[in-house]
Amino acid sequence: MSNSSDKLIIAGREFTSRLMVGTGKYADFPQMVRAIEASGAEVVTVAVRRVNISDRSKESLLDHLDTKKYTLLPNTAGCYTAEDAIRTCRLAREAGLSDFVKLEVLGNEKTLFPDNEELLKAAKVLVAEGFTVLPYTSDDPIVCKKLEELGCAAVMPLGAPIGSGLGIRNPHNIRIILETVKVPVIVDAGVGTASDAAIAMELGCHGVLMNTGIAGAKDPIAMAEAMNLAVRAGRLAYLAGRIPKKLYATASSPGEGMIE
Amino acid sequence: MQIVVNGEERTVAAMSVLAYITSLGIDPQRVAVELNLDILPKSDYATTELKDGDRLEIVHFVGGG
Repeated sequence: MSNSSDKLIIAGREFTSRLMVGTGKYADFPQMVRAIEASGAEVVTVAVRRVNISDRSKESLLDHLDTKKYTLLPNTAGCYTAEDAIRTCRLAREAGLSDFVKLEVLGNEKTLFPDNEELLKAAKVLVAEGFTVLPYTSDDPIVCKKLEELGCAAVMPLGAPIGSGLGIRNPHNIRIILETVKVPVIVDAGVGTASDAAIAMELGCHGVLMNTGIAGAKDPIAMAEAMNLAVRAGRLAYLAGRIPKKLYATASSPGEGMIE
Repeated sequence: MQIVVNGEERTVAAMSVLAYITSLGIDPQRVAVELNLDILPKSDYATTELKDGDRLEIVHFVGGG
């Protein structure tokens, strides 16, 4: 690629890949590892859950994920209050190696839409405690601006509900968010197929985060590669600068020199 | 004595958090521990003795989005 110097920078950390992927919903760990490999992602999200103290026979995620190769981004999935999300982040920092957290505070079980009031509360506390906070939020420019002002290292508006595969439902809001904040904008959730990821990147987003779009595909490894290409293609197209849309045709071939 | 580990009541002998975690077959490097709602730093596992009524949360990373 011609723009190898084009990096995603979050809180001073440089990443070559603009695709972040989840580690949930795979058939097994080997499939997950191959899909992450194919995606080219450097940042992978993980969840924080109780260890099963009665049955220690199951393999653990970290037996399969090379933590030297990937930056783990622990999430607060399943948290419905700022308090629970903050507790989870503190545990994640202790279990992991970095201050990076994907902060999500949910407001409703059916939609998994964020509770932005609780999200802002949690973000404030976590930033003060030195976390690098990447918040999953609504595609709301006002909330994104507030998250930036609180010191979040990026904002991660949803494209559509988590796991819905509906794509980028409100590209206009995403554009306004891009004009509103200076921190990286990473579309998180809603991507169903490669073109959705490309659209996010063509809008000028700095990255895309997905899990179900890859893990839920018939062939997750092939879809991971498709997403890898789509994110890169979308980024290149954004940097290249698309032509304006026009209602009528403009001929590509010269009008002069036609045979008579 | 009685303690609560990940929501389950357990009867345990007097020992350190490190000894207890290890007895469960858990790699202390791969988990985080909350003792009575406060994070317990890894460096304190060996020197922290379990007390009757303690509430432990032992968590690790699992697949997620």
